[in-house]
Amino acid sequence: MYSEKVMDHFSNPRNVGEIENPSGVGTVGNAKCGDIMRMYLDVDENQVIRDVKFKTFGCGAAIATSSMATEMVKGKTIQQALEVTNKAVMDALDGLPPVKVHCSLLAEQAIHAALWDYAQKNNIEIEGLEPPVNDIEEIVDDEED
Amino acid sequence: MEDTKKLIYLDNAATTQVDPEVFEAMKPYFCELYANPSSVYSFAGKAAKAVEGAREQIAHLINAKAREIYFTGGGSESDNWTLKSVAEQYAKKGKHIITSKIEHHAILHTAEYLEKQGYEVTYLDVDENGKISLEELEAAIRPDTILISIMAANNEIGTIQPLEEIGRIAKAHDVLFHTDAVQAFGHIPIDVERMNIDLLSASGHKIHGPKGIGILYVRKGVKISSFIHGGAQERKRRAGTHNVPGIVGMGKAASLAEERMGKTMAQETELRDYTIHRIETEIPYCRLNGDRTDRLPNNMNFCFRFVEGESLLIMLDSKGICASSGSACTSGSLDPSHVLLAIGLPHEIAHGSLRMTISESTTKEELDETVDHLKGIIERLRSMSPLYEDFIKKQAK
Repeated sequence: MYSEKVMDHFSNPRNVGEIENPSGVGTVGNAKCGDIMRMYLDVDENQVIRDVKFKTFGCGAAIATSSMATEMVKGKTIQQALEVTNKAVMDALDGLPPVKVHCSLLAEQAIHAALWDYAQKNNIEIEGLEPPVNDIEEIVDDEED
Repeated sequence: MEDTKKLIYLDNAATTQVDPEVFEAMKPYFCELYANPSSVYSFAGKAAKAVEGAREQIAHLINAKAREIYFTGGGSESDNWTLKSVAEQYAKKGKHIITSKIEHHAILHTAEYLEKQGYEVTYLDVDENGKISLEELEAAIRPDTILISIMAANNEIGTIQPLEEIGRIAKAHDVLFHTDAVQAFGHIPIDVERMNIDLLSASGHKIHGPKGIGILYVRKGVKISSFIHGGAQERKRRAGTHNVPGIVGMGKAASLAEERMGKTMAQETELRDYTIHRIETEIPYCRLNGDRTDRLPNNMNFCFRFVEGESLLIMLDSKGICASSGSACTSGSLDPSHVLLAIGLPHEIAHGSLRMTISESTTKEELDETVDHLKGIIERLRSMSPLYEDFIKKQAK
């Protein structure tokens, strides 16, 4: 059902945990549909993501996409992080089963939500960043139709 | 693939291993006695005799008469046949059917189909343990009610319904009573006479028989129309060449189940309760789903808060343990199991369910190993769960 990369990131997830006093933290998804992702960012003065951690309640794909997404934004500038799309995360994992595509969307949303929090805290505007969507269900429906 | 020797198979409600004795009984009907039992020549006689022998064995297990047993392609077909056929045959009396919210989808989806055809269906609620209320059942019966279809035991949470009382109510109101006994047949005693059961669905592969074979018991006198047209098999009610090896296998499995039932039930119940006790005392924030006593001897179903079922299953799989879950991710939709929602669990808790169903060959050592792994897996998943993090922080305040 899952690719080897998904299984690897699920079995040995990278960057699990919390960051104390994070520069930004974002939580997306809802427990009702079975996935919640939380992403913590530590951003330095040059707007480079020095560290990133995640916690996820969800299926194998949700945990694997969180793990992969953290790897893809670590060490990147916030602008580069913004370019990490759900498709990029999916491709990096060698694909996901169709019913699990929403997990990769959640990963993208989690990064964005954490960046949004960082921007709010620092009173800055990040170009191209939209406020986080709280109800992931609606996005999923659009994506699957 | 994992070494099958080390496999711990705890998904016997999904399917069971074919018993070697069953397999032996089936073998001659592939290459040697392969005749179509409906043929005239004497070579076909042995196959025909084998089919009738199996019918006797199955009838005996539920105290029915052999002529009241119809072979089908499985439990789902039997459920579909019952609902559609009773609806059609009894439409003149009325178009109302009573069932429950925790039935298998073979019942629920067929009932929904009938609703589109102009039938009315009452879906009875269940209590927190998964039992229907007899008062609500009786109150739901109307002059135009033609069928009550309540499962004997639930496939997810193992709760056994009060069949005898349901049968009594159905009889008193002159309404047909069907039970989907796929999980109960051969596992717990069922007596169609004592329980006033008019129709009963059962399947071969849940009792160490082969897949692709089931039965529908239809009490003599109950009107039922043909479901598969095209031949005179099964008293013209279910056309299609008999699946002779499958039928023989199900017959043998039924006969073995009857012979071993007392011993198996005692053994499974002991192991079940031992494992439930270990999990409840060793893993915090868990909940046993289903009735504690009116429960299939082989069924355990837990919810573990703050974790999601599919992750749990994959991690158990990596330890060679096969189990199942009612989480959304395992059902292919966004909603968790309708059964867990019907017993009143909130979505986020229903997502963290685990079903383990044992057989008579499951050992205490296997279950101990499973619980040991389960403890570590739950701990690991909770350490990754934002819900658990929030919960712990809230506790600390």
